[in-house]
Amino acid sequence: MIVADRKPFDEIMGMIEPYKKILLVGCNECATVCAVGGTKEVALLASQIRMKSQGEGRLVEVDEKTLERQCDPEYARTLAGTLEDYDAVLSIACGCGIQFIAETFPERKVLPGVNTRFMGVTEEHGVWAERCQGCGSCILDRTCGICPVTRCAKSIMNGPCGGSQDGQCELRNDIPCAWQLIIDRLKARGELDRYGEIEKPKDWSTSRDGGPRKRVREDMKL
Amino acid sequence: MIAPGRLEGVLRKGDFAVTAECGPPRGADPETIRRKGELLKGSVDAVNVTDNQTAVVRMSSMAGCLILEEMGFDVVLQMTVRDRNRIALQSDILGAAALGIRNVLCLTGDHQSFGDHPGARNVHDIDSIQLIDTVRTMRDEGRFISGDEIKGRPELFIGCAANPFADPFDIRALRLAKKVRAGAQFVQTQCVFNVEKFSRWMDMVRDLGLHEKVFILAGITPMKSPGMARYMKNSVPGMDVPDSLVERITSVPKERYREEGVEICLETIERVRAVRGVCGIHIMAIEWEDIVPEIVKRAGLRPG
Repeated sequence: MIVADRKPFDEIMGMIEPYKKILLVGCNECATVCAVGGTKEVALLASQIRMKSQGEGRLVEVDEKTLERQCDPEYARTLAGTLEDYDAVLSIACGCGIQFIAETFPERKVLPGVNTRFMGVTEEHGVWAERCQGCGSCILDRTCGICPVTRCAKSIMNGPCGGSQDGQCELRNDIPCAWQLIIDRLKARGELDRYGEIEKPKDWSTSRDGGPRKRVREDMKL
Repeated sequence: MIAPGRLEGVLRKGDFAVTAECGPPRGADPETIRRKGELLKGSVDAVNVTDNQTAVVRMSSMAGCLILEEMGFDVVLQMTVRDRNRIALQSDILGAAALGIRNVLCLTGDHQSFGDHPGARNVHDIDSIQLIDTVRTMRDEGRFISGDEIKGRPELFIGCAANPFADPFDIRALRLAKKVRAGAQFVQTQCVFNVEKFSRWMDMVRDLGLHEKVFILAGITPMKSPGMARYMKNSVPGMDVPDSLVERITSVPKERYREEGVEICLETIERVRAVRGVCGIHIMAIEWEDIVPEIVKRAGLRPG
């Protein structure tokens, strides 16, 4: 899923300062699962804004809405006809959702209420961690299912570097060293001899380095 | 074929090599490098010029190398893969060879979060092993990573780093083996303080026969003070400073800190020299280059 953090409340208040009537829009997909922009968080943020502006003697009207998916035209378009009543839309979906609302309604002001962080997993309740950078050329078959592009701070393809200590990355001791994990798994499988294989320079053209990416399935087009 | 540089010549002859590290200044004054060069003259076989070490912006390694080369030094161009992609790295490899630089040390580089620009983007297009392989392919096969032909191959003596003290310990010799297979001809290790662990790593290195395939220079760093010892122990990733050494330098009166540090250093040199397969030492006297001649002299290592 795509994981995001809500922006600091003061930043949000600063962004909406010029506006009196706001539609706060959440998303039922990733943003809900990572507890940043679902119906619950929409309600919470809306009341926070109302309380704060009331306290400051400002009249700000905030209406709430949560779409099934903000990144999908089928659902994004359902906002048509309602947005005219608002000065701005505050979206707390991921960056894709926010942009998609903005491009579906280019005449509207669409503001981001979250900082989109990464593609990741739920490690445990309340803990999300990055797992994939979408490099477009997966090597997990060669690295025991652990991605060094994402999980090594230096994306080392032939690791580990000299900073791996006690199983942790040199960056912080709450980041497991990806190569320690890979080597542990190789050992457990009795495949440590594979460690000797030298991984050649990666072709990054399938990654973001190759420019913004697009996938087209002609057979699915209507 | 160009004649080998001094470092390569000394190593091939079987003499004990001494290299030292020179950190370029955080400014554009070439005199800073020249002053450091003057201190090292006659004491070393080659000088390594660091590449924005600890991810702090400094004068480029290439410029530092050129200044020292003009003073007559054989220089080792340190190159990290943190700040340059394969286009820039290969371009600098050609440039280094064109400027007469004979040695290159292929490194990953410290993460930028430790440096003075933590908000910088890092590159890591290729890793240090791939860089070694790249230099070898450019030199021996006359090809770029792309496969395109090179007109005028870069004649370089290829070095790498190794940290015997990082984890997982048991793959550290295997990792050096990969570097050797990629094309590394000499290796300069992380600072050795824990000689016992270094020797265990060397046992594994010899078991793989690597000491016959790559020239091994043990990293040596003199400690100036208990503060530095504690800093190296606690704050530098991948550094192993035994408590006994920290206690030793702490136990002497303040005015003896430096002398105690030098003595520890001399003892370490003597012990690593005795380890079979060690061909030289690489002195990293961090912002203490003026101590290098004394260390070299007192260790009886003045190169011929």
